[in-house]
Amino acid sequence: MNYRGPYRVRADKNKPLPQIEHSGDAIVKVTRSCICGSDLHLYHGMVPDTRIGTTFGHEFIGIVEEIGEDVRNLKVGDTVLVPFNIACGKCSFCEQQLFGNCHESNSEATAVGGIFGYSHTAGGFDGGQAEYVRVPYADIGPMVIPDDLDHDNAVLLTDVVPTGYQAAEMGGIKPGDTVVVFGAGPVGIMAAKSAWLFGAGRVIVIDHLEYRLEFVKNFAQCEVYNFRSLEDPVLFLKKTTDWMGADVCIDAVGCEAAGDAMQTITGRKLMLQAGSATALHWAINSVKKGGIVSIVGVYGPTGNLIPIGNVVNKGITIRANQASVKRLLPRLIEHIREGRMDPKQIITHRVPLEEVSDAYHIFSAKLDNCIKPILITPAGANL
Amino acid sequence: MKKILEDYSHIPGWGIDADPLDVPQYPIKRRTENDNKGMIWERPAQQPERVEILHSNERPTVSAVFGTPNPPSGLSGAIRRFAFRYSESMIRHWLLLLVADRVNMIGGIQDDFKKGHVPDIFSELGGKAELKYNKVGLARKVALGAAIALVAVVCIKGRQRG
Repeated sequence: MNYRGPYRVRADKNKPLPQIEHSGDAIVKVTRSCICGSDLHLYHGMVPDTRIGTTFGHEFIGIVEEIGEDVRNLKVGDTVLVPFNIACGKCSFCEQQLFGNCHESNSEATAVGGIFGYSHTAGGFDGGQAEYVRVPYADIGPMVIPDDLDHDNAVLLTDVVPTGYQAAEMGGIKPGDTVVVFGAGPVGIMAAKSAWLFGAGRVIVIDHLEYRLEFVKNFAQCEVYNFRSLEDPVLFLKKTTDWMGADVCIDAVGCEAAGDAMQTITGRKLMLQAGSATALHWAINSVKKGGIVSIVGVYGPTGNLIPIGNVVNKGITIRANQASVKRLLPRLIEHIREGRMDPKQIITHRVPLEEVSDAYHIFSAKLDNCIKPILITPAGANL
Repeated sequence: MKKILEDYSHIPGWGIDADPLDVPQYPIKRRTENDNKGMIWERPAQQPERVEILHSNERPTVSAVFGTPNPPSGLSGAIRRFAFRYSESMIRHWLLLLVADRVNMIGGIQDDFKKGHVPDIFSELGGKAELKYNKVGLARKVALGAAIALVAVVCIKGRQRG
């Protein structure tokens, strides 16, 4: 996959194969790779320092093809899932299991750790929407996929499932809490599903795409509302919570939210702010006093228009981070094994890697009821 | 608002990760003995710098590993180097990088032609998928584009006559 500019990507058979560049590297032959909702921010040209020629993709699994001389935990031939975070395992932040905040994987920005295929602002690494990918710190992040774990579930464990789960976890949900999830994309779907595991008493999902609302209603057994049919989503949420507001609000949308013309024009069209912060705005105003707003939606590095005065006056706690995938994997695999969740149900499209430009357009334009597209490489075609 | 139903048995795993005594602790900083000592950890082996790597001026040097594809080059590269004079806190840092991205895009088209590759813009934009799944939308876009082109031609001709 080769990024050529906003809304333009293509399959490129002439791109050089990745090489071992560090003694802790591995080269992985990719078998499955997803397009993430956050990849669309790159695709739309909204993330600064997204260079032409970049290969996106931070959700992938594959087979270890080659290892650097210092790699001990993997061997050639292992089938691995690779967390989207590139983490050294040694720095102060990795020591605290903040694997999304590693300080030794991104030269270009200190505010974010290294991420595969997520612009030079996230380290300049090529991603896994390719036949082969370089995986730094191969002893730290990658995990050999257990035999009993379906590969479709495995690839979703590299980002979307842990991100949704951590959104619920950061919400500090207590039994009986009302949880509102803004966004019925893959992460919002997994956040709604996870909220029950923490004992939520009521889970409400807000979006404007009917087909996604219908899916999450069945998948996560939650209430769903289309904000297009609500004159004022915040007022509606106040009314439906006895005028108190939700205990926990989760922003699973990020910087390309619809629903507010001013945010859309200034954030998405004119790029005068780091994207459209409509979902976060609603989350802050919908949560009750003293409640928690959990943010996993992706925003740009500049600034956004949000009602920060209400955060102060309502005593809201805001919790946010990139998911710490490695930390969460054991628990999430257990949930899948026990049948508490089956993430692969969110996959709606399987597209050969060579048709990557169509896959991006289908996902971006929400065509054909797309929820989660997965790219199948030649190596993964028969797996 | 608390709302406890009588029975959540229809939801697999309901409450299994709930711990009422566990106020959310993640990702709050966990105290370690190395707090307040700066960057004292044993750094991983340094990746050799074989291409130009720009680094934030909010850190002393490059990280132990980094991506090497697409190093800065040409006019976009010069803009990126200039952007990195400013910290991540400065809006000009990010705006300059966005400008560099757009310059880079034009350079990408030039590079394609230099290599004898004519970019298939329609396919790169996902036109085949649009044709398959959104014929009406595509027709609207084509009609809108044609209308804009027509208005532009009429305006230009009008000026030429004037």
